[in-house]
Amino acid sequence: MSAVYGPIRQIAAALAWILGIGLSAAIVALSRPDFGLAELVEAHLEESGVRHPVTAVLLNYRGYDTLLEIAVLLLAVLGILAFRPPGPASIPDAAPDSSPVLAALSRLIVPLIVLAAGYLLWAGAHRPGGAFQAGAVLAGGGVLLRLTGTIPSFESPNAWLRVSLVVGLGVFLAVAALPLFEGSRLLEYRTAEAAMAILVVESALTVSIAAILATAFIGAAPPRIRCMSPSRPAHSAEGERAGQS
Amino acid sequence: MIGGGLIYAMAGVVLFAIGLYGFIIHAHLVRRLIAFNIMGSGVFLVLVGLPQRVAGTPPDRVSEALVLTGIVVAVSATAFGLALVRRLYDLTGETRLPNDPRPEP
Repeated sequence: MSAVYGPIRQIAAALAWILGIGLSAAIVALSRPDFGLAELVEAHLEESGVRHPVTAVLLNYRGYDTLLEIAVLLLAVLGILAFRPPGPASIPDAAPDSSPVLAALSRLIVPLIVLAAGYLLWAGAHRPGGAFQAGAVLAGGGVLLRLTGTIPSFESPNAWLRVSLVVGLGVFLAVAALPLFEGSRLLEYRTAEAAMAILVVESALTVSIAAILATAFIGAAPPRIRCMSPSRPAHSAEGERAGQS
Repeated sequence: MIGGGLIYAMAGVVLFAIGLYGFIIHAHLVRRLIAFNIMGSGVFLVLVGLPQRVAGTPPDRVSEALVLTGIVVAVSATAFGLALVRRLYDLTGETRLPNDPRPEP
């Protein structure tokens, strides 16, 4: 445990208590809210191209947020790939668990994951769901396949993976720029085209988010697949505990 | 009248305070990342709960969308932070910042 003891601990505790109580008091004392932006969101839902208000906010009203969000995701995964441990990635992968249950289960679950992701993507237009949820579910499937040894790690991302990483941001930028040619402003879809624009953007986003999240997991660790092996005594009990949890 | 959202906002404040405490007292970078994520979860809870602190108020879709965006950014930033921590560990064998004034455990 590398924690601090002594007076700093007490000061930190006092600070946390004061902050907690102060913020709670501030929240309780807040005046009654007006309806804020909820009415505006509902009023323009017809023009947004989707029927679910959160999706409308994410991809139409506040499209800038989502555009920058996918850019942040891409930057993060580029950083992760840049900081991956050096050394040959040709260390053979640790033998996957030979249990037939695991293999059969992952073969059963992964198609269901893809199906669920497709549903989430489609459902985003009219109920909770959307590109980020679908992408996260897909990425979970990718992580599962990697952990069961079904898909290999990589030394450097191949062309398909590179395209998958950037297609979300690229398509989003292209669709966002389309209104510029019609004399409108960035991300100002026309009502008639909004539904199609959002569907295209969300589909591309799903692919990219799944690729980015899975790469953040898989691509970060190629030489470390066998970190539990006895040939690395430097990784003492702490490293093994982290690997098991 | 008090709405259910107030409970979430309060829980968010508590989470934020707990995360801040952990962030201050821990020197291990992974623990600090976890504490920072707990603080972030508290902020998200406040953002979602606060607009509904009075019963009968419709949910604020804009803050919900902001929280969705925030969760994704927090996940990617955490992943990048973990990559940095591991790189530091590879290079120096340290799990804390080199100029951390806190005493060795």
